[in-house]
Amino acid sequence: MSLVIDNLSVARGGIPVLDGVSFALRAGRALVVRGPNGAGKTTLLRTVAGLQPPAQGVIAGDEDTIAYAGHADGLKTMLSVSENLTFWAQVFGTADIEPAVHAFDLVPLRDRLAGTLSAGQKRRLGLARLMVTGRPIWVLDEPTVSLDAASVALFAQAVRRHLEDGGSALMATHIDLGLAEADVLDITPFRAAPRAAASDEAFL
Amino acid sequence: MSLWEYANPVKFIRATDRVLPWISILAISSLTIGLVWGFFFTPDDFRQGSTVKIIYLHVPAALMAINAWLMMLVASLIWIVRRHHVSALAARAAAPVGAAMTVIGLATGAIWGQPMWGTWWAWDPRLTSFLILFLFYLGYIALWQAIEDDDTAADLTSILCLVGSVFALLSRYAVNFWNQGLHQGASVMRAGALAGDTQERVSNVFFLPLMVCIVGFVLLFVALVFLRTQTEIRARRTRALIAREHAS
Amino acid sequence: MIALLRRDLALAIRAGGGFGLGLAFFLIVTVLVPFGVGADTALLGRIAPGILWVGSLLACLLSLDRILALDWEDGSLDLLATAPLPMEGVVSIKAFAHWITTGLPLVAAAPMLGVLLNLPGPGYVWLFVSLALGTPALSVIGTFGAALTVGLKRGGLLMSLLVLPLYVPTLIFGAEVARRGAEGSAVQTPLLMLAGISFGVTALLPFASAAVLRINLR
Repeated sequence: MSLVIDNLSVARGGIPVLDGVSFALRAGRALVVRGPNGAGKTTLLRTVAGLQPPAQGVIAGDEDTIAYAGHADGLKTMLSVSENLTFWAQVFGTADIEPAVHAFDLVPLRDRLAGTLSAGQKRRLGLARLMVTGRPIWVLDEPTVSLDAASVALFAQAVRRHLEDGGSALMATHIDLGLAEADVLDITPFRAAPRAAASDEAFL
Repeated sequence: MSLWEYANPVKFIRATDRVLPWISILAISSLTIGLVWGFFFTPDDFRQGSTVKIIYLHVPAALMAINAWLMMLVASLIWIVRRHHVSALAARAAAPVGAAMTVIGLATGAIWGQPMWGTWWAWDPRLTSFLILFLFYLGYIALWQAIEDDDTAADLTSILCLVGSVFALLSRYAVNFWNQGLHQGASVMRAGALAGDTQERVSNVFFLPLMVCIVGFVLLFVALVFLRTQTEIRARRTRALIAREHAS
Repeated sequence: MIALLRRDLALAIRAGGGFGLGLAFFLIVTVLVPFGVGADTALLGRIAPGILWVGSLLACLLSLDRILALDWEDGSLDLLATAPLPMEGVVSIKAFAHWITTGLPLVAAAPMLGVLLNLPGPGYVWLFVSLALGTPALSVIGTFGAALTVGLKRGGLLMSLLVLPLYVPTLIFGAEVARRGAEGSAVQTPLLMLAGISFGVTALLPFASAAVLRINLR
């Protein structure tokens, strides 16, 4: 279960933002993507997750191994915590939501409507969704936004357990998760030289 | 040299620049000749009187209204399959021209219908189909304008054009089924019409100036689409240049 | 897939509005028509099939933008795109859920509203049949429109402009079945055409909707 990125170029709204990104994500490893705002972290992760086509380069990995979590949690405010999780468990063909509920300390909240949760609780629910997908590669965009220190620790613990189980994680984050074993990829050197959008090139 | 080379925007502009004046001159002269000939040098129809002369506008405009959509369909397919930007922009450029032709066809039809049928508008299948075609043009143009990203807009409008074509065809048959209508059959091109009797055919006296008018409308359409495509290409190029300025 | 259907239905029920609004709108349109054209029962009976068809079409249109826009806003659509469901399946299920929450209540309510408009006796069965057969097409075509405009800030009005012309064939054949049924003449031809349209769009249009949605998610 490894993901190999080779010479990847990604574009946002047609404008190239990153060029020549190469890395490999092996089972049991975590990779933290760093870079200033607007560097293209989100675009990189969306491309890796298959939501947008790469401008260039290869993303080699098995199909259907990636669980993606973006800025929005995709929660339904009118469904309860356990209903939200159960839905995703069914979509991904897994059954058990209990480990996820426990790992993110959602037990007392399980029957609350997601709409009544605080921002941090919603985020925890959004992250718990990753566990019910049963997929080995987690692609996380700013997973710790609006989490307090205790929740960040919970999250780090969940990631560590995921890695121990042979999973892997690709994360864009600014803060230190306390995951000493994680590799760090600074994408600043890969920033694309300013040039026109690929689709505009024919017109220049 | 392959035809696809003209899909390069620069080549397209260079090539059309060369032919555009000639097409324009030909379009204007054939329209002038056809309309003057048709309006002043043909006899009145013995039943319809002088009102029949509106066919020199009505028939070519209606023909081009449909052909413009067909051209957009072909251009959309080319964009989807081969992703030539010129093709997408040509489809975009043709839409308002086609919509205008549809309006001309509808308006001249209403003006002709008033003395002939005693009503400006009837829910006749042909009229209704053209009204629906006009709605399709409106939706297509509106979708182009609503989307900011050029390539996304080209993708979405192309798919809309494909789906719309199927539904336009369906509507045509549905409308036919729904109401039989007053409009005469297509008497210009019908096989054997030229040899038929006065009732059913369009006689040569009317036919020749009408042909000149149709040629004129086709050339006018080609000239307008070339011109508008050039404008679209230049606008796109301007945006690209501005984007490059900002980027560096 | 079934999970998605169940979730969409649960959301529609809990958010209220889902069932209620479309139906209430349908009722109001039906009530307004006699105010507009006069209370002549013979006239109302004659135009009833058409009015009820146009009314249910508009009621259907009203709720189309909820099919995808909510999932787009809260990010579920991104997550569904990375889930092991084909996008064609997602849009088909979404259309189906929309039909159950909007189309089906309209089908059930239409005969009752037919009473208000003095619909002739034999018309009730055919009105019901034509709506039951035609409203799925309205939901599927509407999903295509919703997918086209999902990323746009003011997509609602544009979507109506795009979807309404696409509704023309369904409306013509559907209303024709209801009208002929009310008059007691043969309904076979328009009924077959309506069924053809319904099955045709249900089988083919999800591919276009999914393609459009993928472009919009990019």
